[in-house]
Amino acid sequence: MADQITRTAHDDAPLSAARRADAAAAGLDARSDDALLGHTVCIGRPRAELYAFWRDFSHLPAFMENVQSVEIQTPTRSHWVIAAPAGRSVEWDAEITEDVPDERIAWTSLEGADVRNSGAVEFRDSPTGRGTFVTVTIAYDPPAGEVGRLLAKLFHREPKIQARQDLRRFKQLMETGEIPTAQPPQAAPRA
Amino acid sequence: MRALTWHGKHDVRMDTVPDPEIVNPRDAIVRVTSTAICGSDLHLYDHYIPTLKSGDILGHEFMGEVVAVGRRNRKLRIGQKVVVPFVIACGQCFFCRRQQFSACDNSNPAETAYMSELLYGYAMTGAFGYSHLTGGYAGGQAEYVRVPYADVGPIVVPPDVEDEKVLFLSDILPTGWMAAENCEIQPDDTVAVWGCGPVGLFAVASAFAQGAAQVIAIDHYPHRLDLAKQCGAQVINFDEVNVREALLEMTGGIGPDACIDAVGLESHGYSADNVLDKAKAALSLVTDRIHGLRQVILACRKGGRISMPGVYGGVADKFPIGALMEKGLSVKTGQTHVQRYSAKLLDMVLNDELDTTFLISHRLPLEEAPQGYRMFKEQQNEVTKVVLKPGATLQ
Repeated sequence: MADQITRTAHDDAPLSAARRADAAAAGLDARSDDALLGHTVCIGRPRAELYAFWRDFSHLPAFMENVQSVEIQTPTRSHWVIAAPAGRSVEWDAEITEDVPDERIAWTSLEGADVRNSGAVEFRDSPTGRGTFVTVTIAYDPPAGEVGRLLAKLFHREPKIQARQDLRRFKQLMETGEIPTAQPPQAAPRA
Repeated sequence: MRALTWHGKHDVRMDTVPDPEIVNPRDAIVRVTSTAICGSDLHLYDHYIPTLKSGDILGHEFMGEVVAVGRRNRKLRIGQKVVVPFVIACGQCFFCRRQQFSACDNSNPAETAYMSELLYGYAMTGAFGYSHLTGGYAGGQAEYVRVPYADVGPIVVPPDVEDEKVLFLSDILPTGWMAAENCEIQPDDTVAVWGCGPVGLFAVASAFAQGAAQVIAIDHYPHRLDLAKQCGAQVINFDEVNVREALLEMTGGIGPDACIDAVGLESHGYSADNVLDKAKAALSLVTDRIHGLRQVILACRKGGRISMPGVYGGVADKFPIGALMEKGLSVKTGQTHVQRYSAKLLDMVLNDELDTTFLISHRLPLEEAPQGYRMFKEQQNEVTKVVLKPGATLQ
């Protein structure tokens, strides 16, 4: 249930805003000591339209900076490739564990994942009529060793900031039909 | 193409850089016919604004001819003459729908938006040529500019209108107008304007146009005070008189009803607080010198209104919060919602209800832009506004 998943125990803030979150309480396929991140944006588009775009996982690389490809294998199974430095990649298979049309999609990585992770995206009507609240919650097992080093290089910044940026791009794409950029040289020439 | 690029404090150069291209479907490319140096460009020149990178193209006041249009842009056509607002706005987010264009939630790319989220709590809008806090977009002091969301911002103007008459619709005219609007002027009001640069001068003209009974302009450059006088203002030279006492005398002890800070973060002055600010800024302890703003808050009448078009970027010391609260002042500020005023101001300009060209003091070929920055910085009395012309021959 969405309410149990996104709320902290004693107030109305989402669990991802808690100073010490127990990832197991997030309603994901996660363990207590998994890293947990989450973010909500308000997007001025209908809930059904946002759900439909996201439900086709092959759209995700358009706004998720580090996701190189998501290959749809069956209606519920997909293969994710994250581009990493030096031509390397981090990969996993994911299974959709919950799919409530226009409301919620949850997924989890399968055995053999380079990074064990699980996540959910929820679509709710803004309580004040301002469009749709989109909440992404992700739990992951911070990897050690070679994969951990690759990921640390890849994310430069905190994964939380990466998630916020990806969700910002989703909002930009859905509201304006394009993702703003000032990348040189074509979009923003510079000396 | 040729473009004015920033390389460090007081180091701007003309460089040859790649031409911009259409990248997103709503983009347009504008061939610049006129561009100007803004007072706020001096904050970049003096390196008061963080997140500039060597090689950035500056400039956010520009106009020209549409030479390319993206496939989903249904507003512009090749060959149209346009003035481009400095604020880049998507037209579709929560803020744009409320006409708060300079709060656009989408125009700052995600890669740069997080910086202002850290600094200000929320991502700032995108803007041309004004550091990476506002998106790192290439600016208009160049031969060509890529204009994102070009179906929202650019103002199509008649082909036969002179550039200089409409150029300032890009920034300083709507900025002066919004500064006056933020004063919520009543018919018997006295409005005091600190700073007689282009924004201050347009604020004076706008305050009269919006019904102020009296406008008092404050500066220390005689030529700029003369221009304010031409706009109908009474003037105060802060080198020669105590500003607050003069304002009290000129308003019968009531004080100005509304005060406009058209100075911003590099305020000049001779008081002890300003010397302290300067020392701290030099040591990177604070970023903004707010002498002018302190005077504004102290001078404003009880229950009065303060309007701040002047640019600030960081934090400041010795902010007179007691005076602000105890006197019951209200403050309105912000980057200009340019697109909100475009149609109205274009009409007023075309109908000669507002003179926009009187403050231009210098016209230079774009190639001489570095010289233009030096002059604007060092000779503020004589140099009130520099307009640059790409393609013009060197004089």
